[in-house]
Amino acid sequence: MDFATLLQLLDATIRLGTPLLLACLAGLFSERAGIFDIGLEGKMLIAAFFSAAIAYMSGSVWLGLLAGILASMALSALHGLASITFRGNQLISGVAINFLAAGLTVLVAQSWFSQGGRTPSLIGQARFEPVTLPLAEALREVPVLGPIYYDLISGHTILVYFAFLCVPATWWILYRTRFGLRLRAVGENPAAVDTAGVSVIALRYSAVAICGLLCGVAGAYLATALQAGFVKDMSAGRGYIALAALIFSKWRPWYALFSTMLFGFLQALALRPDLIEKATGVKVQVQLLDALPYILTVIILAGFVGKAIPPRAGGEPYVKER
Amino acid sequence: MERMPVWADVVLIPLISLLLAAGLSALVILAIGESPVAAFQLMVDGALMRSAGWGYTLYYATNFMFTGLAVSVAFHARMFNIGGEGQAMLGGLGVALACLYIPWPHWSLAILGSAFGAALFGAAWALIPAWLQAKRGSHIVITTIMFNFIAAALLNYVLVNVLRPVGAMDPATAKFPEPTHLPTFRDMFSTAETILFRGAPANVSFFLALAACVLVWLLIWRTKLGYEIRAQGFSESGARYAGISPSRIIVISMLISGGLAGMMAVNSTQGEAERLILNMTEGAGFIGIAVALMGRNHPFGVFLAALLFGFLYQGGAELALWTNIPRELIVVIQALVILFTGALDNMVRMPLERIFLALRRKEA
Repeated sequence: MDFATLLQLLDATIRLGTPLLLACLAGLFSERAGIFDIGLEGKMLIAAFFSAAIAYMSGSVWLGLLAGILASMALSALHGLASITFRGNQLISGVAINFLAAGLTVLVAQSWFSQGGRTPSLIGQARFEPVTLPLAEALREVPVLGPIYYDLISGHTILVYFAFLCVPATWWILYRTRFGLRLRAVGENPAAVDTAGVSVIALRYSAVAICGLLCGVAGAYLATALQAGFVKDMSAGRGYIALAALIFSKWRPWYALFSTMLFGFLQALALRPDLIEKATGVKVQVQLLDALPYILTVIILAGFVGKAIPPRAGGEPYVKER
Repeated sequence: MERMPVWADVVLIPLISLLLAAGLSALVILAIGESPVAAFQLMVDGALMRSAGWGYTLYYATNFMFTGLAVSVAFHARMFNIGGEGQAMLGGLGVALACLYIPWPHWSLAILGSAFGAALFGAAWALIPAWLQAKRGSHIVITTIMFNFIAAALLNYVLVNVLRPVGAMDPATAKFPEPTHLPTFRDMFSTAETILFRGAPANVSFFLALAACVLVWLLIWRTKLGYEIRAQGFSESGARYAGISPSRIIVISMLISGGLAGMMAVNSTQGEAERLILNMTEGAGFIGIAVALMGRNHPFGVFLAALLFGFLYQGGAELALWTNIPRELIVVIQALVILFTGALDNMVRMPLERIFLALRRKEA
């Protein structure tokens, strides 16, 4: 495999890993606060639809992004209502949210655009354009580093850079701020947080809201940056892969970056099975590559490769008094 | 203190949840500019007013009975089996292997063999998540979700690379041999003068599903194993104290659950498609969740809820055919049912409990 192909592959890894990274960090906030969220998929999907629809109608991708975030946060609020206020089963609520998004997006898309559950293609200002970083053109001729900077690091949409900035930001919020300390505490021992006079409910709602925001960006990225428009079921299991990456990373932000990029790399490879055959001489089935993130997660979950311990109060509704 | 009479718990709450879901769905239909009344009429006409409509309704209901029972058996042991979809896919593989490679002389033997194959493969697919939950503490919800995706990839591989007949284009097995053809309702109930259930896929596996409902009821409420499963569901520490091994119950109840989900394939793969196709489950594994929640985990409730969802499914297909409302309306209704009967249960329950308490105080 030559250098240019490798760069191409890594470039695809970043493109495909970005939505996973955003969704994984979204899940990280929610689960660290003790709210399991298997509704990442649905929130991404609804954000993808509304961002594409509003971007198409208004011609502004930024309005689209805002609409996507709002739609995703609305589902987050529903999840919060079910799992925090009414102390329902968080897993069941997540399942319901995924179906709600899968159904509503197609229903509304059909009613608004009548194109069989998709939005029209986005053009011009209705999409996120690639950003060329400063000096990228000038340094292009520098051997090795030039192409890496020009092809790999430069030339992505602004959302990709936002996603990568979210990693240190998440780390800083969780481990260096008072809010982060409380957020982690509420996922481990809500009673202790309550005793300290801090509202468990407010903390959990804010965690769920952050989760909705990041899922919204992830969904908008799918429809307005990675592709040009919404198609039915376009999240294609990415929410679940993000969930797998979250476990893989043991609920830590920096590990989340590595695990999502690993899964992004696997997705990029699955698009180019010819490369593996050329590099190793073995024909690898595409289906195996598709299934690999899930298989890896099961192995991690089984505790054979380091144990993944979820936040202790995860999935448990908090009851103040009995 | 008993807060609510039993009838309120088993009838009133699901009914209110259903009405809420129906009301919201009506609003959705209004919002996209169609008439909910006309839509409902069309659904009833298409699903219940003709025998062919019933044939489809009962066909879907058969699928949902199996997957609904699967979810509810796991629920009784307080486990959430989201893996019905993957287990059903493997069940389909079991049915296909049994039908393709064993020369059955007659359908009555073939259905026994394929049901066994379906249950075996479905249970095997549930075994690994169950074992991981029992021995390694891996969360069953996450592992079963992962196994759905692995099953989809596996089925894709098997259909594209192994079982696809030479020269065929679409990823599917060859058509099953003639003796494995299950009698449809048309074969069974039509007379020389009147043909009933014309073109509808409902078949003899409907009665298999009914038998499964009865057997699950017997298992859960009339056997020692069922008692142990329920004890585990009420309180794991209590069950452990009573000498019940939690890991044994986890594994056994998941095996039963996976087997039931797999048996759905007898209806859809052998009964309808008569060959194994990629999209053999049509999402029925997930609808089982809604059916189990709606049916309050009781086989009779599952039976009624499966009929309801069969009606919705067939009615939804009619809607998609005649109006501008896509089939996804059913997915929305399904989501709302799961939401209200599962996640927002307390929202319905708490005000009701307050009303009943107030009534009781008045009497006293």
